[in-house]
Amino acid sequence: MPARWRFALAVAVLAALMTGPFVLTAVLVWADTPAETRAALQLLAGRWLPLGVLTTLAGFAVGIALLARLFRHYVQGLLRMAEGLDVLRRANPGFRVTEEGPHEVVALARAINRLADERDRLLAGLDERVLEARRAVEEERNRLAALMAQLAEAVIVCNAEGRILLYNEAARRLERAFGAAATAAASGWIGLGRSIHALLDPDLVAYVFDTLEALRAQGEAHPQLQVVTATPAGSLVRVRVSPVTGERSQEAITGYVLMLEDVTEQIEREASRNELLFELTEGNRAAIANIRLAAEMLHLPDVDEAMRARFHAVIAREVEAVSERLEAASRAFADALRARWPLEPMRGADLVRAAAAYLQRRLEVALKLEILDEELWFDADHFSLLQALAFLAGRLVEDYGVRTLRLRLSGDERLVYLDLMWSGGSLSNEIVTGWELEPLGLGGTRSPLTLREVLERHGAAMWFDREKARHRAFVRLALPRKRSVRLPPATAPAVPSLEEGRPEFYDFDLFAWSDKATALEDRPLAELSYTVFDTETTGLDPTGGDEIIQIGATRIVNGRLLKHESFEQLIDPRRPLDPASIAVHHITPEMLEGQPTIEEVLPAFHRFAQETVLVAHNAAFDMRFLQLKEDKLGIRFDQPVLDTLLLAAFLLPNQEHSLEALARYFGVRVVGRHTALGDALVTAEIFLKMIPLLADKGVVTLRQAREASQQTYYARLRY
Amino acid sequence: MTKKILVVDDEENILISLEFLLRRAGYAIALARDGDEALAQAERFSPDLILLDVMMPKKDGYEVCHLLRQDPRYERCKIVLLTAKGRDIDRAKGLALGADDYLTKPFATRELLERVERLLAPAPGAA
Repeated sequence: MPARWRFALAVAVLAALMTGPFVLTAVLVWADTPAETRAALQLLAGRWLPLGVLTTLAGFAVGIALLARLFRHYVQGLLRMAEGLDVLRRANPGFRVTEEGPHEVVALARAINRLADERDRLLAGLDERVLEARRAVEEERNRLAALMAQLAEAVIVCNAEGRILLYNEAARRLERAFGAAATAAASGWIGLGRSIHALLDPDLVAYVFDTLEALRAQGEAHPQLQVVTATPAGSLVRVRVSPVTGERSQEAITGYVLMLEDVTEQIEREASRNELLFELTEGNRAAIANIRLAAEMLHLPDVDEAMRARFHAVIAREVEAVSERLEAASRAFADALRARWPLEPMRGADLVRAAAAYLQRRLEVALKLEILDEELWFDADHFSLLQALAFLAGRLVEDYGVRTLRLRLSGDERLVYLDLMWSGGSLSNEIVTGWELEPLGLGGTRSPLTLREVLERHGAAMWFDREKARHRAFVRLALPRKRSVRLPPATAPAVPSLEEGRPEFYDFDLFAWSDKATALEDRPLAELSYTVFDTETTGLDPTGGDEIIQIGATRIVNGRLLKHESFEQLIDPRRPLDPASIAVHHITPEMLEGQPTIEEVLPAFHRFAQETVLVAHNAAFDMRFLQLKEDKLGIRFDQPVLDTLLLAAFLLPNQEHSLEALARYFGVRVVGRHTALGDALVTAEIFLKMIPLLADKGVVTLRQAREASQQTYYARLRY
Repeated sequence: MTKKILVVDDEENILISLEFLLRRAGYAIALARDGDEALAQAERFSPDLILLDVMMPKKDGYEVCHLLRQDPRYERCKIVLLTAKGRDIDRAKGLALGADDYLTKPFATRELLERVERLLAPAPGAA
């Protein structure tokens, strides 16, 4: 029975006890009085009773007021203190009981706070050591997170049921290939605790997992499977899957590692290369058949002049067509080579040494190296530059009979020089220029590239020169020198500092997760996945046409707040904003210009929130806005909903229940209040702090939490 | 009796040679340049053998071959597929659709003539 009711009952009993004897005496006196005296009594009573009643009532009023004051100060004050103690104990160690009310209560409050201080001092020493240990663990985890973030390949690890328990930044970037909008902060494809079925066809996943299991059953220790699959967005993704098992090989598969790669471009490139190849082989068959036949006809003795001319014409036409096809293919091939021709920083000395080995294997020539500076760098495509040097050396050896070559590396402030030197014999620059136009190639290998193309690609030049004094001639390749050489910056973002907390890209506890074990309703609150959200709106009247202008949401999985998987999106409401609401959320009409409409955003949010329990502060209000759109958009938010306002009313009936008051109460730091995401994050932290308090009161499962919510007073409010 | 051959190909450059070659070898020749024309010519000319290109506009050689093989009137007519498709799998498909032989372009004239002769020779034991 609530304290208030007990108070009312106590007042009633007190009143009965106080007036009871007096009324009883009066009744007895009345009953014992003879009839003639009763008239006199009646007369007297008629005169004095009103005064008596009035004074009694006045006495009552004073008494009740006094009692109520005492009740507020003592009973309610103590109840508030008790709630505060629970919070202090389970949710917010920094919380202190307010020292207010009569001095006995204040004395108690002071004693409690002193006790709390004492405890904090004791815990501080202990915490120091725990923190130390935790920091070590945290560092390990950060190293893992950093490693994963650096990987260029997208990695996802899931448990045996396909729930994601680890992913890296590259995997998140791959979401685009699956059709995630480029603008959305988080699209709900990849996230901790989410199913990979959102990414990959469930049938395909089942097939892959079953096959791997079968391969293991057949005794293969490390089976791996590779599939290429089309995404809803039309991209092609290659997925390599291998199972995760325990230490011993016969242990069951506990999860899978998926390496994903968007191979759309690669496959397109291969397809166009195949097309080229086909064009060259099959495409020429018909033409060559025609030529062959016509040519054989010409050999026949009885062909007259007119016929002969016709066969000649056929041959000429077809040969021309074949030549054209060959030219086109050759051009396309060279273009393809040029297009994917990445340059990498390389050290000149390394190139010269590699070139010496390469040349000696291919040419009969004595080679000498002269490296004047070890630290000369330039951007190069190693192999084409090697080929260029080999081509030049080949020319000198084969055409000019050079037997001894000196390979010299030198440089100045801006340029690096690669010289091929020999003694004696002269050359002209015309000849060198002529070489530039010839295709590279040595021995049997014929590259379609010319020396000039290689030079142009490297921004390089080549000329002939001589050192008169030493009687040496040389062909010089000049390349732009690279000043500072650093490794290319990693495309992955830097790992956040410890203070900010590592990105929550993994949760190995999910290995042991199973959603088939119990029905959602009977699962503990601490184990469920939640989408905690908040909306900002044009006004307070959803049925009157007010619209959502912002949705912010974050996720709680396995008792952890996943700030890195948040959702935040402004929405163009296509109606004016209420000036009063602008004062609250500070979202101006200009900010909403060009933003997507609710028709685009709500399905994305629906996807983000799938398979989770929705949580909001004053959820009835936000849910009303969502539900009004359901029919129109053909989506339904049919997952369970929890309301932190109702839960707070259940947990802390004697406190204020606004978001600010609860944040203060639970020691939650408020940043970005009255942005949808800011409020959602505050709500999420408050909700997480509530879970142990609810458990203390016997509210453990989702079903119990919903029942507790329904009891509370606010449940009767309707929007 | 002169044997009749229908040559079907969409390329004029090969028709010139084939027509000259086969006439010279003593056959009666008709020409067609696509699938529909091939079917029409087959009905009018009732050839003993058809040299049929595979890659053609309208109906391709496979389709023409398939249609002819379903018609009892052409039961005795031989079909040789000429094709620029060199894969074994294409050859298998052609033979499966009822072609009697399959020649991959480019081919030698002698090879073509030998095959045509062999196909048109009266079956041993026939009258």
